[in-house]
Parts: sequence; C-alpha cells; structure tokens
Amino acid sequence: MPLKIALPKGRLLRKTAALLQKADWRLDEYQSSMGFYRPKSARFPDLLVRVFHEKDIPIQIAMGNYDLGICGLDWIEELLVKYPSSDVIKVKDLTYGQSSLYMAVASKSVDLRQNGSPLRIASEYPNLAEAFALKNRLSRFSIFPVWGAAEAYPPENADMVLLAAQSTTEIASYGLSPFSRVLDTSTFLIANRNSRELKNLGEIVASISDALPELGKSVGEKKDIPLNVSVGSPAPEVGKNTVRLALPDGHQQQQTVELLNKAGIKIEDYPSADGNRRPKIGITGVAVKVIRPQDMPLQVANGNFDLAITGRDWLTDHLAQFPSSPVKEMLDLKLRKVRLVAVVSQNLPVNNSADLRRFIVGRAEPFRLASEYVNIADKYARENHLGHYRVIPTWGATEAFLPEDADLLIENTETGRTIARHNLKIIGTLFESTACLIGNANMTADGNKRQRMDYIINRLHATVGDA
Amino acid sequence: MKIQRCKGMRDMSPADMAVFHQLEGICRDSFIKWGYREVRTPTIEYLHLFTSAGTLTPTMLGKVYSFLDWDGWSGERVVLRPDGTIPVARLYTESMSGQGLARLFYAANMFTFETGDKNRERWQCGAELIGAGSAVADAELMALSMEIVKKLGLKNVELRLSHAGLLKALLAKLKLNTEEQHKIFDSILDGDITVLTKISRSAPELGETLLPLLSLKGQSPGFLKDKRALFLRTMPEIGSSLDDFLKAVAILDNLDIKYQINIASGAGFEYYTGMIFQLFIGKEKIGGGGRYDALIPSMGGGDVPASGCAIYLDRLIRLVNVETVLSSTPKRILVKGSDIKEAFKVADALRQAGFIAELDLDGQKADWALEVKSGGALTLIDKAKSTKTDIRSVAEVIKLLEAKGAA
Repeated sequence: MPLKIALPKGRLLRKTAALLQKADWRLDEYQSSMGFYRPKSARFPDLLVRVFHEKDIPIQIAMGNYDLGICGLDWIEELLVKYPSSDVIKVKDLTYGQSSLYMAVASKSVDLRQNGSPLRIASEYPNLAEAFALKNRLSRFSIFPVWGAAEAYPPENADMVLLAAQSTTEIASYGLSPFSRVLDTSTFLIANRNSRELKNLGEIVASISDALPELGKSVGEKKDIPLNVSVGSPAPEVGKNTVRLALPDGHQQQQTVELLNKAGIKIEDYPSADGNRRPKIGITGVAVKVIRPQDMPLQVANGNFDLAITGRDWLTDHLAQFPSSPVKEMLDLKLRKVRLVAVVSQNLPVNNSADLRRFIVGRAEPFRLASEYVNIADKYARENHLGHYRVIPTWGATEAFLPEDADLLIENTETGRTIARHNLKIIGTLFESTACLIGNANMTADGNKRQRMDYIINRLHATVGDA
Repeated sequence: MKIQRCKGMRDMSPADMAVFHQLEGICRDSFIKWGYREVRTPTIEYLHLFTSAGTLTPTMLGKVYSFLDWDGWSGERVVLRPDGTIPVARLYTESMSGQGLARLFYAANMFTFETGDKNRERWQCGAELIGAGSAVADAELMALSMEIVKKLGLKNVELRLSHAGLLKALLAKLKLNTEEQHKIFDSILDGDITVLTKISRSAPELGETLLPLLSLKGQSPGFLKDKRALFLRTMPEIGSSLDDFLKAVAILDNLDIKYQINIASGAGFEYYTGMIFQLFIGKEKIGGGGRYDALIPSMGGGDVPASGCAIYLDRLIRLVNVETVLSSTPKRILVKGSDIKEAFKVADALRQAGFIAELDLDGQKADWALEVKSGGALTLIDKAKSTKTDIRSVAEVIKLLEAKGAA
C-alpha cells in the first residue's frame, strides 16, 4: 500500500507548496489550484497525494483514508472537541498560516448566563462554539453553523460569533468586540494514529520537518483571555416594519445584481470591493445583508430574514434535514441553472440507480457518499435502499474523493464537463436547481412590511416572467 | 456485511433480562412500599434543561448525546437523557407543581458518551422525594437505598457521606474567584479530589480547620461534634451546613445504619446543595443520591426542596449472586401433537394453572413434554426419569405435575 497524504487547497496552498518545494518534493501540479487534485512528487514517486478543502482533511485522516495531512489547527480542534477519540495525531506545528479564533460580540453587554431567550452563536466552527457554550455555562443557546460570513450576523441575527481573525483589530473592523480568544491556530502536519504505529512515515515527516525554518514557535494551547477592546460603530437598528433581505456572496453576485437592475431595483456597493456586507438598496424600509447562499434557508426559517435569494439546491437540502421548516420557495428566478446529479467513477459497473442497488448487494464495506449536500445525499441513500452507507460531508473539491475515498458523489453541474474531465460519470439526475427567492410561511407581516415584500416579489416576478 | 450493535451499547440476553427484572422488581417493590409512585419521562429532552444554571458539570455536558431534532432549525439541540433526576424535576415542575409532597420513582436508561469499551447506555432505578427539606427526608432515602441493597443480598456495601453545602462553604474560604471555584467544584464533582488538597495546602492559615475537614474519613461523627465550636469560630458560615449534616448523621446512628464520612468525595452531580451519599462495593459505585434544593426553583417551580437517590442496575447485574436474586420460575411444559386445535387447548389449560406451556414447533427437547394424541389422549413424558405416563385429562396432568412439585 502506498502512503497517502492530503494537502490543503485555498488559503494554505501557497505556503504549503513553498514548504514542500523547499523539502524537494518536486510536485508537478500543486502550485496551481486549478481543477486537478492529484499531484505527483518526483522525490516520493510512490506517495499518493490528493488535494482537499482544508476542512475535509482532519476527517479524512481520522477515517484512515489518508496517513498524513496538512491543515489548520482550528479544523483539527473542531473535530477533536466533538470526537475526542478520533484517530488524529498532531505530528508537527508547521508554524505558518497563523491566526486566532475569537468569540466576538456586537455589544459588550452580552450576558452569558442569561435566562429566557437563547443566546445565538453563529460560526463556521459549530463544535468549538458548542464547547465554548458548555464551558461557560450558557444556560440556553442556539448554534447556527454557517458556511462563512459569520461576521455579518451580529447583532440582528446572532448574539455572538466564533470566527478566525488575524488580530483583535480585524474583529473591530467588522464592528465587533472580541469577547474571548478561544484558540491560537497555525498549520499542522497530522497523522492517522494507526498509520503512525503501523507504517513507516518517518522519511516523509522528516523531509517536511527539515524544511521548516529553525525558529519553532509553539502555539495551540487554548486560552481564554478576557479582552478589552473598544467596540466599533454599532450596526444600524432594524425596525419592526423593515423587510430583511439576504443576498448571496461569492460568484452569484453578478447575476443577482443584473437581475435587480432589470427589475428596476437599485443597489449600491454590491458586489463590494472592500467586503461590505450591508449594501444599500433603493427601496425604503428594506435592509440588505450579504451572506452565503448555503446558510440562507436556516436563517429564513429562524425569522432572521424575511426574503433571501439562494439556490433550490440549498433549500432542498435544508428541507431534507428539517421537513417541518416553514421556509418555502416564493419565486423561481430562473438563474444559474444546474443539475444535481449522482456521480460515480467511470470504472464502476453502474450506469443507473437500478444497477447501483444490484451493485450494493453483497458488498462487505459500507457504501460511501460524499457531498456538500449532506442531507440530500442521506435522503438519496435512504430512497435508493443503499443499506449500510456513510455520508461524508465535504466542502467542495468533491471530485477528488472518487474513486479512493468515496463511492458516489452528489454534485451540482452545469455542463457535466468537470465530471467527465475527472473520469467520472453521471448515473442519475436528482433535480434541476435554479436561483430562487425564499420566504417564511409562518411570517406574519402587517401593512407596510407586507407591501414592501410584495413590491420586491412582484418586481422580480415581472422581470423573470419577461425573461 | 456483518451486522453488529453500536459501539458502547449492550444487548441483554434472556438470562441477563431475568436478573435485570428481578433487580428492578426489588427496587420497585421497596419504592412502592415506601409510598413512591412510578413516573416515566421521555428519552429525548431539550439540551437547555440540562445546561440551565448549575445542573450538570461542563465535563458531563461534554459527554451528552446532543443533536438537532427533525424540526431543530432553530438551532436548539435535544439530548438523549443523560440523567434521571432532572427530567423528573422537570415533570414535577411542569405538571405536578403545587401538589405539595411527591414521592416519585423511575426505572430508565441514561446515555453518556464514554470512550473505549465502557457502556454508553446505563440503566438505573431512582427515587425523588420532592417537597420535603428535612434531615429525616435525607435519612429516608439513605435507609431506603440500604434496604434495597440488603434485599439484593449485597455484602460489604459502604455508605459514604458528604455535604455539598459544606464543600461549597469550604471552597468559598479559599478565596478563589468564581471561575476557579466553579472549576474546582466541577473537578470534585467529576471525582478528582487531589486538586482540592493541593489548593488547601496553599492556604496555610486555614490548614488547621480546612484540611482536617477535607481529609476527614471515617465512621464517627465524633470529630465533627468535638470540633464544631472550633470550626464555627473560624468559619461561622459553615454552621448551618454542618448542623444539617450532623442531624442526618444522628438519625442514621439511631437507625443503626453504618456509614463513612468523606467530605471531599462529592462525585456526582452539580445540582446537589446538601447531603450527598454514595454507595460503594469496593471501588465500584453502585448508587447514591443527595439533596438538590435549588433545582426546582431554577426551573421556575417555586421554592420546593427535594432530594433523591438512584441504584445503578446494570452495575449490579455483574455483582449480585444470581442464585439469591432469581426466584423460582414455573415449570416449562412442551406441548406436542398433530391435532393443533387440541394442542392449543391443552396448552391454554396448563397456562391457566400457572405453568409455562410452549408449543413444540421443531421437535425440541424439554424436561417435561406432553403429547396430545388424536381423540384427546395425553402422554406425559418426564425426561429426567425417562418415563411416559398415559393420562386421560388435562386436569389429571396438572394434578400429577403439582404433586411432583413442578408448579
């Protein structure tokens, strides 16, 4: 069995690539973050290298799919705090990519031991956030796991956020006040416990260690230092009659702004060059916030937003997890048409879901589904009677999981080209997804607010109807 | 594909269940005779029931099975019940409030995440005495627990006493900030007492009173009585707790119940406010309980004092002598025969008479078998003596079996 290592894409890619270059690994394609996730090392030709989203790496190591991995300590702790018996060992602090996780609040008057309404915590690190809440004896709390943009939530949509930042100044720049430093993080080399005991990882570990700069700094101890930093300007209050509209960040912004323009709705500073998440919209009584489309259904369900523009894929995933959720599709915006498809390796003798069921029968190993859409994947497995199966949550770059680390993907695709390029094939289409406007069926809005919501819905309706 | 049970979970075989039911029956029988009435609370509760001020330690909360329910989009988590007392207190607050004194008991499974091969699901039988704040109430629960232990035929059970009020007052003397106090109390409650002795050594001015109290181990409350005046001079604030403790201990003396005092052994639950007791066989804790006067008020149930106890059933399955616990079960009779209608009729008559009558489906063997022949003729087969007796009626079969002492 060749040794396997998982390398990070994204923010740690450049420095990790530089370190491995210094270690004379001579990787062919890791420098570019484009599309392919299977670099080869000239120094360790037998080593199997895969590139994953950083968040996925601790889980891959814990599952034993990979012997070694490189990722941030924050994601390691996010796993270990919830699953302390995971088979992940921290081998070496690689010292770059340093930042801290801060619990931050919008106003300093947050009473941690409040009784009554739950304290709302938004974070990309739900497990660490829960551990913080328990440790600090919050009497009642809700955790909103978010895909990103946690800093945009307080004060209206969350009381606290747990987020990574370079410094307290960065926290203050979001108009937040750091409440406590929860973790200092940097990049770590990690290993699977069994691999470390049973396999010879020495040469590879040594090559990385030797390439590190002399000055080793030890980080990683948890500290809870009460911080006293003055709060930036507080976010504007949102009145009872204000319509709260969520717009997507990322690559969906351009299409969204074109749609709004076509509908005659003016919007300023969206997409924003300097990361402003509260653009001004040309309708009085409407407040806009820019968050991840993945997070919108949950936020609308909780009454944090009245309307949101997201994808039907994320709405469907939300409803698969919470069938009684009050979120519903108000309007199909007919933008960004993708298909959600089930994908397997070309080499698998399976071409449709009937084949799949036959293939599963008599398999000794559990069938592994990898997807960003955890709840849709789970539902797919149940509905197709996949028997003993596991859903592996991923944060993108899912194609890299097949065929070694998963058996089937639930993916979205526009043209199917990326899938074909990775030597994969589509065995079924679950549904077609487009951008849609979602709202809360339980929301009771009176007079003014109702009119404003109807105005937005009608303008958009007229526009997409014309298209 | 190999089918197997979840890690940390355990099956109970027919033999285990026979013992389990006897253990539970003995607990149930005692509880009922002391005036306790059974309640059953759901397996799933809101997480915040357990996180609310001072109910479980953060370490225990970190081991709770918590998850989002199917309608958990608000982000509020639910848990698999990690504890028996808090749900019963919740039930009382929710639907029995204002009814005054309530003696309630339950038999239920608790879930906590344990690493390795330890059990993650545990069964216990517990009693809650709600609405009484006296030392007599504390003594009742201890006497009741000891009665059950005795009925189970367990020897060398140690009753270990501590007092949460006393512990907290002593900790307050260490002049720690609230955070540190919480931390130390938590570690004591989680069973780690070394931290306490370490800290008290660093406060030499209290060495004379604090250390002797904390390291106090033994049978006699004499030491406490003798030094009461001295303690009260240096620490007047421990007065009420100390007196409360001595009162309960005096009742135990009167009832001739043996105990060990060990103030620093508070392991258990954060919600205790007064007397804490634990039952040990060697190093194995088999039960315990205590007073939790602040729990129901914290749930908004008004100023209602309460205390409770629990017996850890699954730990006892391994510890009790099966022979002493298992009562004799009725004889099993295997009913064979090609005349199905007649066989069912005969089996029914045997059951009515108190036997276990099993229909023969696959030619199995049994100590006693009854062959039902066409026309209703019967043959009783005694495997032990390898005899066959032809009998005309079921009534005669029953008479014969009873005469052989088989019922």
